[in-house]
Amino acid sequence: MDRLIELQGLLWQSAVETLFIVALTLFFGGLGGLLLGLGLYSTRRGSLLPNQTVFAVLNVIVNTFRPIPFVIFLVAFQPLARSIVGTGIGNTAIIFTLSLASIFFIGRVVEQNLLTVQPGVIEAARSVGAGPLRIIPTILLPEALGPLILGYTFVFVAVVDMAAVAGLVGGGGLGAFALLYGYRQFNPWVTWAAVLLIIVLVQVVQFFGNGLARKVMRR
Amino acid sequence: MTIVSFSNVSKTFPPTQRGSAPLVAIDSVDLDIQAGEIFGIIGYSGAGKSTLVRLINALEPATSGRIEVKGAEITGQPERRLRALRLGIGMIFQQFNLFSSKTVWGNIEYPLQVAGIKQPERNARISDLLNFVGLADKAASYPDQLSGGQKQRVGIARALATSPDILLADEATSALDPETTQEVLALLRRVNEQFGTTIVVITHEMEVIKSIAHRVAVMDAGRIIEVGPVFDIFSDPQTEASRRFVSTVVQAVPGPDELALLRVRHPGRIVTLSFKDGNDSQSSVFLELGRRAVGFELIYGGINDIQGRTFGHLTLALTGPDDVIDQAIASIESFVVVSEVR
Repeated sequence: MDRLIELQGLLWQSAVETLFIVALTLFFGGLGGLLLGLGLYSTRRGSLLPNQTVFAVLNVIVNTFRPIPFVIFLVAFQPLARSIVGTGIGNTAIIFTLSLASIFFIGRVVEQNLLTVQPGVIEAARSVGAGPLRIIPTILLPEALGPLILGYTFVFVAVVDMAAVAGLVGGGGLGAFALLYGYRQFNPWVTWAAVLLIIVLVQVVQFFGNGLARKVMRR
Repeated sequence: MTIVSFSNVSKTFPPTQRGSAPLVAIDSVDLDIQAGEIFGIIGYSGAGKSTLVRLINALEPATSGRIEVKGAEITGQPERRLRALRLGIGMIFQQFNLFSSKTVWGNIEYPLQVAGIKQPERNARISDLLNFVGLADKAASYPDQLSGGQKQRVGIARALATSPDILLADEATSALDPETTQEVLALLRRVNEQFGTTIVVITHEMEVIKSIAHRVAVMDAGRIIEVGPVFDIFSDPQTEASRRFVSTVVQAVPGPDELALLRVRHPGRIVTLSFKDGNDSQSSVFLELGRRAVGFELIYGGINDIQGRTFGHLTLALTGPDDVIDQAIASIESFVVVSEVR
């Protein structure tokens, strides 16, 4: 307990680092995943821009990278991180690799949420003469907004989970803090403090995500 | 003037599973729809009528044949041209398909935005449409706050936003209760009368055809098996499928099961009289039967009013000596079509 009070500053700093890593990952991975999800959705048969070849390629790419456990993905793609962001360690490398891994994951989540939009609604937009590139921003995304918000809230929690292994390549955050100062130094109080902070963080985000989705869906 | 013309049009969907046969949804259809008419297409689900209507605004491309809309061929046209075509063809749906993320106002505004109509004009048009469909007070509501009938009225306003010459109604009343159905049909009739819009109505309910269509095509298994003025199809259906549809709203001649029951209850000879246009022949028939002292009892049938014209079938049980009945039948045959049911 005394040790935890000593480490208080570091704990808050770790929480901020986690938020930093997760926020940037959600930005880059979120955008990339949105594009990938839109690609998967619109190229499937009977959709806005049906193209079996593109769909098959995207599908195989997603199915190849998504099942790789992140802890392995992180080390396997370290050389790529080094060549693109110039370093294989620290928060920069973690944000890069985490964004990359989350694109495949988010792409699937986005695809699934877009599929909840009634095909008839898209057909109605087509029937008034709107083309696919107009329908995507003006009809498809607004119609799927509620489910998408819930999807991204779910993704946030998953990214917090993935980010916890950042310590493996010298990154920071609550995961690294709990392992380094709690687990390795036999101090369960420290570990549990990190756990508690993560729980609070996830609860708060889920609460706001649910609220926002409810507001958007008006129910 | 022909506004939509199909010549030998077929539509085949690729098989959904490898190895299964492709689905022929539309099979060599020839059809002309006249400008300004309400044209009904009736058929059971799976008959191909929804596919047929989607060929008109090219939401589905035809596999073969030629389709002309407003004098221009649409088969094989690039998607950009087809989008321009769709601006001139409105469509309403069974499930309304409103944009749930937009208000009633936003739903009606969307086609106008797509058409590139600028702001002051857009607002004026939306207000007009809202007044026309009687939803001026619902402009700021979202679709999920409306009843089914209100939703379809928004759908109609949205479909009419760009003042199309053609309105396609795909089972537009099938999700509505009978009373709301009548309201929506009355609105469609008003659209046809006030704006001269050609309306193509797809339905499986003969009641809808009876109440608004001028002409009707009967579809079965991807083909049009009968087409003609609504009165003709109702009063004198030529095919078995048409007869079945007509029998859903018109009590015409008894079927075999009903006939067997009638025979048990009514001794004597059973004849069916078919009337068309005007009931004065009816009184002549009954006078004649009375004059010849033939006993008669009305056992089946009815008189129908189809858009102001009447027709009907009355089945009578006649009692009396055979030769008297024969003479009576011979003489009433000059007023009506008589067929003896044996």
